[in-house]
Amino acid sequence: MQDAVLTKFLLRHPSVLVFLGMLAVFTIAVTVLSEGFGMGIVSTSLVKTLGKTLCLALAAIAMDLVWGYCGILSLGHFAFFGLGGYMIGMWLMYARTELIVLKANAAAALPLTPQELSDAIGVQIFGVVGGSEFPAIWAFSDSFILQLLLVVLVPGILALVFGWLAFRSRVTGVYLSILTQAMTLALALYLFQNDSGLRGNNGLSGLQNLPGLEETSQADVSLWFFWGSAFALGFCYVIAKLIVESKLGNVIRAIRDDESRVRFLGYNVEGYKLFVFVITAIMAAIAGAIYYPQAGIINPAELAPIASIYLAVWVAIGGRGRLYGAVIGAIFVSLLSSFFTGGQIPNISLGFYTIQWVDWWLVLLGLSFVIATLYAPKGLGGLVDKFKKA
Amino acid sequence: MSSLLNVNGISVSFDGFKAINDLSFEIAENELRAIIGPNGAGKSTFMDIVTGKTRPDMGDVVWGEKNVSLIKKSESDIARLGIGRKFQRPTVFEDQTVEDNLMMALRNDRAPFAVLFYKFSNDDKQKVVDLADSIGLSEDINRIAGELSHGQKQWLEIGMLLAQEPRLLLVDEPAAGMTKQERNKTVELLKKMAQNHAVVVVEHDMEFIRDLDCKVTVLHEGSVLAEGSLEQVIENQDVIDVYLGR
Ligand SMILES: Nc1ncnc2c1ncn2[C@@H]1O[C@H](COP(=O)(O)OP(=O)(O)OP(=O)(O)O)[C@@H](O)[C@H]1O
Ligand SMILES: [Mg+2]
Repeated sequence: MQDAVLTKFLLRHPSVLVFLGMLAVFTIAVTVLSEGFGMGIVSTSLVKTLGKTLCLALAAIAMDLVWGYCGILSLGHFAFFGLGGYMIGMWLMYARTELIVLKANAAAALPLTPQELSDAIGVQIFGVVGGSEFPAIWAFSDSFILQLLLVVLVPGILALVFGWLAFRSRVTGVYLSILTQAMTLALALYLFQNDSGLRGNNGLSGLQNLPGLEETSQADVSLWFFWGSAFALGFCYVIAKLIVESKLGNVIRAIRDDESRVRFLGYNVEGYKLFVFVITAIMAAIAGAIYYPQAGIINPAELAPIASIYLAVWVAIGGRGRLYGAVIGAIFVSLLSSFFTGGQIPNISLGFYTIQWVDWWLVLLGLSFVIATLYAPKGLGGLVDKFKKA
Repeated sequence: MSSLLNVNGISVSFDGFKAINDLSFEIAENELRAIIGPNGAGKSTFMDIVTGKTRPDMGDVVWGEKNVSLIKKSESDIARLGIGRKFQRPTVFEDQTVEDNLMMALRNDRAPFAVLFYKFSNDDKQKVVDLADSIGLSEDINRIAGELSHGQKQWLEIGMLLAQEPRLLLVDEPAAGMTKQERNKTVELLKKMAQNHAVVVVEHDMEFIRDLDCKVTVLHEGSVLAEGSLEQVIENQDVIDVYLGR
């Protein structure tokens, strides 16, 4: 029964099959060419970059759902992404430090008491911010399952409370965007403090090392995370597609176009916005939780307001309201960005002035955003339309 | 007949300007009523208050057998209680098909999860087809609403209103921008609707009101100036002075 529904859905929306097919081919190709698999054509660091890019694409899908479909220009979704990273990072850091401490004391005559163990781990983790006590928010950090649950719960509840307050007061449009920027800024500033309990501006590091798997090479670990990223992207894409193709998809597009009219049809608009806001916050958080172990480090700068604006830029350049557009935008822009800022192309010396790509890239990005907004409101996805028609 | 909607002495002002001034109004089940009045008389504002868009400063709006007060309720709650509204400016969801517009309006569970898992059943499909038929849009059911003519959009909006299966319909200037032929069809439609719904129609066009052939309420400066058959009303000296005599 369930299968039949899914089959019908896929038949009605061949674009889903195309998307999943392309994702699968890409994943297999990268795997076969990777160091972990033996070919070594795609370096481990490139595998990580590609895996991270898939996570960014997932965050962009969430952004498209909330902005492109529901019309809520949230400039705070990267905060949820970062929170997801922090939540999984806490477990990674705790569990690995615990193993290190236990190993260091393995030769000692007496085994460590729980208190001594906790203190030793605390010193390791919080020494950089001059502490050794575990803050209350680390209460569950020794449990992988609980911390995994927090990846969903913490951003989900933050989105629920924030969204409930904002939507209930009928804050819309640019005011809502500003409010979401304020939220992510406040969160980043809070995390920057040493006594936030999350190591201040040091953030959480060493996240690429999986506890208990010291023997495993990063070439393999990077592949696992790459697969995880691809799976999460494919899975959430299907979920997002199911949502937008359902009647709820009709209703949220209607809310985007004329929310007061939707109210007079008897729909509780605030409830719908809240639903979409929370679902997409959770998607962004999941993306972040897979991203940061590949990045190896997360710090409060990741939650800077500009990061959330980039997310909107990717979706605008890729084309709003079509899901795959967001994916194209995120992949295209973020790969291009690492190309320009990674020192791969030489700076151009004009004699009196040197074009530094690291700086000029942002100008280029800003320009293409303006051009996309003015002349290509359908973004890169619009090209797909032309291709389809031809 | 007992009244379906009872509006008792409502007033509302915007920045000191009294748009509605001690207005009382009553409509019975399955009654057809026309409201006329000069521009700015407060006709649309009256509908705003009944549908929860604007809160009155004074007075009460009471609904149904259970005498539910509407003035503290949200727009969506009022809509679900059974009051449907057509706006002065046609507002349909231009990005979506005629079918989707009607499907969203159909009277079904409005809770997000119910809507997420909603299945467009054959029953509902048939309802949409019948509705499209009654508003003359059978041929256009798969068209994007934005492509429809002005008159067709007006009808689609009326169709969405019917799909909600409300007990009271508030229809603001349904014939605006319509051709003579379209107007006649709209009159037919409204009369048919009034067979099993209470319908309030705001209109400027006297010809149209005459064709509706129902009780008329004249609004002026936010209160009721006169009420009765069209013949009675147009002979009323006050009405002649403020409205018809101009
Ligand atoms: N939200 C508002 N804020 C300020 N003034 C308003 C508001 N809504 C209505 N008004 C004023 O209240 C008065 C009544 O307006 P309303 O739209 O109800 O008139 P109407 O009878 O529908 O006129 P028309 O025939 O032009 O549609 C007008 O003077 C209008 O400017
Ligand atoms: Mg009006």
